[in-house]
This record gives sequence, C-alpha cells and structure tokens, in this order.
Amino acid sequence: MKKTELPRWATGFALPILNLLSALLVAGLVIHLLGESPSESLHILIDSAILDPEGLGYTLFYASTFIFAGLAVSIAMQAGLFNIGAEGQMYVGGLGLTLAVLAFDAHLPGWLMIPVAMIGAALFGALWSFLPGYLQAKRGSHVVVTTIMFNFIAASLMNYVILKMIPEGQQNPASRVFADSASLPLLNKIFPVFGDTPLNISFLLAIAALVVYGVIVWRSSWGYKLRATGLNTHAAHYAGVRIDRMIIVTMLASGALAGLGAVNSVMGSTHYLSLNFPAGAGFVGIAIALMGRQHPVGIFLSSVLFGALIQGGFDLSLEKPNIPQETFIFIQGLIILFCGAMENFYAPALLKLINLTRTSKEA
Amino acid sequence: MEDFHIASIVVSMIRNAPVLMFAAMAGLFAERSGVVDIGLEGKILASAFVSASVAYVTQNPWLGILAGVGVSSALAMVQAFVSITQKGNQLVCGIAINIAMSGLTFVLAQFFFHEGGRTPDLREARLFDVTLPGTELLSNIPFIGWLYGHVIGGQSVLVYLAFLLVPVVHWTIYHSRFGLRLRACGENPHAADAAGVSVERTRYLAMLVAGVLCSFSGAYLAIVQSGFFLRDMSAGAGYLALSTLVFGNWRPLHTVLGCLMFGLFGAIQIQLEGVELPVVGSIPGSLVQMIPYVVTVIVLAGLMAKSVAPKAIGKPFVKSR
Repeated sequence: MKKTELPRWATGFALPILNLLSALLVAGLVIHLLGESPSESLHILIDSAILDPEGLGYTLFYASTFIFAGLAVSIAMQAGLFNIGAEGQMYVGGLGLTLAVLAFDAHLPGWLMIPVAMIGAALFGALWSFLPGYLQAKRGSHVVVTTIMFNFIAASLMNYVILKMIPEGQQNPASRVFADSASLPLLNKIFPVFGDTPLNISFLLAIAALVVYGVIVWRSSWGYKLRATGLNTHAAHYAGVRIDRMIIVTMLASGALAGLGAVNSVMGSTHYLSLNFPAGAGFVGIAIALMGRQHPVGIFLSSVLFGALIQGGFDLSLEKPNIPQETFIFIQGLIILFCGAMENFYAPALLKLINLTRTSKEA
Repeated sequence: MEDFHIASIVVSMIRNAPVLMFAAMAGLFAERSGVVDIGLEGKILASAFVSASVAYVTQNPWLGILAGVGVSSALAMVQAFVSITQKGNQLVCGIAINIAMSGLTFVLAQFFFHEGGRTPDLREARLFDVTLPGTELLSNIPFIGWLYGHVIGGQSVLVYLAFLLVPVVHWTIYHSRFGLRLRACGENPHAADAAGVSVERTRYLAMLVAGVLCSFSGAYLAIVQSGFFLRDMSAGAGYLALSTLVFGNWRPLHTVLGCLMFGLFGAIQIQLEGVELPVVGSIPGSLVQMIPYVVTVIVLAGLMAKSVAPKAIGKPFVKSR
C-alpha cells in the first residue's frame, strides 16, 4: 500500500531535524567562506554553551526569555494568527514591569513584589497586543501589518518614555536601579554548579508556562476551540466558536506571554529598564515557534538551542573575530526560512523513501 | 520659529521619498501578482550593502547599482521559489529574509572592511547631483531660481528615475498585457489560469521586477543619501513602503502620494528637533517618528478610507485539476 501522507514521526521529528540541518549547513558554508573552520567553531560553541556548567547556566538564562517569546508566537499561531509583534509587546511589557517596581519596590517584600511586577509586565504586553487583535477581529486589518507597525510605535514610544525616566544626574538612557526586593532569586543558590550566572527562577516559571500552555491548548475546551479556529475558521464558526472574541483573547494571551518574557532579563539580570532591552528576542520567538512546531517540547528544545547559539556565539566571537555575534542573527533567519517557509521541502523525497522501503519489504 | 524652513522641508521631502518609492513600486508588482512581499526590508538592506561595497571597491557608483540589482533580484528569486514553487508561507519567508540579511550584511561588512559593520566613505564614488543647464542664469530670481536649482534640478539621477517610474508603473499595471495578467493573477488566479495565463510564470516575473526595483531603493540609501553602508540602515523603510501600499490601496499614483507624505513626516521630524512651537511647545522627535506608523494603523482600521488588498494575496496558487 502506498502512503500519501507522512507518518507522525516524520512530520514531527524527521522533517524539523532535516530542515534545521539544512539551515546549519548553509551557516557552516558561510563560516567556511569567512575563512574559519565550521567544525572547530561548532566545537567551541558546544564547549562554551553546553559542556561548561557556567556557560550552560547562561544558555538556560537566555532560553528562559526565548521560551516566553516562543510561547507568545506559538499560541497566536494555534489560532492561525502570525504575531510579529512579540518584540514590541515584550518591550512594552518591560515598561509595565518597571512602573510596578518603581512604584512599590520600597514598600513590598520580594515575595509580593515579584508577582506584582509580573502582573504589570503581562498586563502591558497584553495591552500592546489588544489593538492589533481587535482590529483583526472587528475590522479585518491584517494582524501581521498592524503588529509590525506596533513594533515601530513601541520603539519610538519607549525612546520617549525611557528618556523621561532617567534619574537626575545620570547620563545612561535607563530607569533607576531597582531595589533588592525586585530581583529574582538566582538558581545558583540551589544549584551551585551554575556558578556566577544570572539563571533565575524565571527558568522554572518558563517550564511551568510550557506545561500550562500544553494543557490549555490540548486538554481544555478553550484550547480545542483555539485549534479549530486555526485549522478552519469557517468550520469553527459553524460549530459555534465566536471567532472575533477568539482572535482578541488569543492576541491578549500572546501579548501577555511576550510581556512576561521581559521579567527574566529586566528583573533577573540588568535590574533596570534600558533602551532596546529585548534585543530581538521577540523575533527569535518566531524562529522558535516555527522550529518547535508550536509544541511545548519543541519550543523548549528550540529555545535551549537558541540560548546556546547566543551564549556560544558570544564566546566564539571573542575567539574568532571573523564570526561576530551578528552571524547568529543570520543563522536565525536561515532557521526561519528552512523550518518555517520551506518546512515541507523534504516531504516529497521523504515520502518517496518511505514508500520505497515499504515496497521492498513487502517484496 | 526662525529655524523652521518650508524650503528645506520641501527639498528633504523630495530626497527622502525615493527610498520609499522604489520599494513601494517593487511591493506593488509583487503584491498585485498575489505574493506578499514582507521581504522588502531585507532586499533594501542587501542591495544597500552590496552597492556601497562594490561602488567603493571599483570607485564606480554605476557598477555598485548594478551589483545591487543582482543581489536584490537573487533574493527576490529565493522568495519566488519558496512562495510560488514550494507554496510555502510567504510572510514567514519574507521575515526570514529580513532577519537573515540584517545579520549577514553586518558580518560581511565587518569581514571586508573592519569598521564595525560600516563600509568606508564613498567620497568621489558617490552618485553626483545633476546640475541642469541654466541654473546659474536663474539663480538670482527669488522663487524660480530655488525651484529650478534645488527642487527640479540639483538631484541625483536616481531621484529622477524614481519620479519617472511612477507613470511607467501606472501604464504597465493598467495598460499593458503584462499588467492585466499580473492583476488577474492577484485577484483571481484560477480565472487567469483558465484563460491560459501561467500564474507561476507571471508571479515569477513580477517578483523579478520587484527585485530590480527594490534594489534601487537600497542603492539610493547607500550611494546617494549617505555615501556608505551602515548596519540596519534601512531602518524600517521596507515596512513603511508596505504601509504606503495599504495607504494607496495598491494603486501606483496613490501609493506615491503616501511615499511623499511619509517623506514629508521624515523631513518635519528633523526640522522639529528642539524647536519651540507656539501652544504645544517642543515636540520630541521620537513622537513625530511615530506618526507614519500610527497613520498606517488608522488607515488599516478603515477609519480614513477603505483599503482593499488584492484578493489572492498571500495564497499560494494550486492549479485545479
């Protein structure tokens, strides 16, 4: 019997790996053209990002932000919405967090301050995604274009707001430094292996968020409606899903998740709000969602991969000046291209191969 | 109010607009044929880098422009392959190209020139401004001298090309055979297919035109406006060009008006910096910067005018059996 569809292990595992390898192959080729050895670079990368415990700490630290960004893009994708605005939502989420901290950090103890700040971050992130969601639902304006616009508006707005926040006598475009009550507990207190890394409890929060995401999307009736909307809007509408409300709520959830991504870097590492702190994490979220196929395990693995690329890439750029950190922005683009836009590039060949092995077995 | 010169605003508006005009015309071809072109930004950036580098190495701006055309068209063909042949997600593909180019141009600029992701100043290899005959003669007449010497004349060849393109694009889209097929593929590809038009070929051709046009935008940025390539120098021009398409309802003449308007905002922003205005006081530049994006959202929301995208936009064409 010939198969016309790929089995689940192929679409869920083999194809993403093949796509990822293609992206890394192109990246390796570019590194080779830059006059460096791809295998040696890979060696340095793995050594500094995975094998070295402190490096691993940093890898997981970056991954914590990326998990939230990946979740934000993923949950929107489940409803068939392409949220490019995670970057802006994270940026504005950082503002909500900072406003909460600046208002209360002198009065509240840490165990109360941190949740309040997180609510601030989620609230502002959701606020920033509300209008694109509303306009998509009610006026049919494409969410891709509006979220791109909102990224730019966020950048300009934050430029303005942060300049207003600079404490007197300071030059650095950043808010004042937070009080100690607003810094996240570090994980090296429990696991001294990680050494002096900013890895903090937001990593655990990110894992929890992954679990909650998985349960809500695949085990709740809302998640069922969400996926139905994404798979076939008309069918979902016919079955009684209120599409406009679905779109708005999904975008709110997406924005809130992106906003929560700000918690890790602002409260876990810098302890103040600075210009352009997301540094592209929102866009990394797009790559992660596509590579991880919006599945919690996939999102986790892709986030760790990107965390390792950032951390290892940093060390690599110190050793090999021809491979600056920006190389990894390029690799990120390649991964989006191969895992996202050309996700089914290898599908026909793989199907042929599977059918071929089947017939040879039967014969 | 003394620093607030209408004259210099008009001149800088005309100099700002071509970046958007080339990219918007490129996007117009792609999107009218049914392919979403979010990748304008990446193509602008790539052609800006390549044209600046080649112009510097050869000390010839024309070769720079030519190289820019090459690389931008090549990227457009990658996009076409993914969107048309592979039937992949066009939005994702565009985003991928933008992100990849943002990284790669920096890496290569650093590799070749070691100036922190910048290319060396072009100096003499910059594209010269055209001085029209008789500028000298008219320069003493108050308004006409300025108009002839600094608005109509005194621009680079690419500025003239940008404005000349407008009627050409309008004619091509609405009055040529290619234009008719292009619009058919963007509105109803199945009907076009039934009439014997190859949807795939038409879209490939449209993407090629888009690649060529888009390259001028990058070349203009690098060779005319700044005289070097700088990291992420397109600064959202590709996205703004897309929003002028929304603004202009995917019609060439209206889209150009949108480009001029955004060029005007850019000019005003520079002029407003630190100037005390009556009633409102000084307006921070970052807030003026926001205006084009806010206007786009308002237009998208259908509050000013209804903007209707080509019907088949973003949908890969699957030939019916």
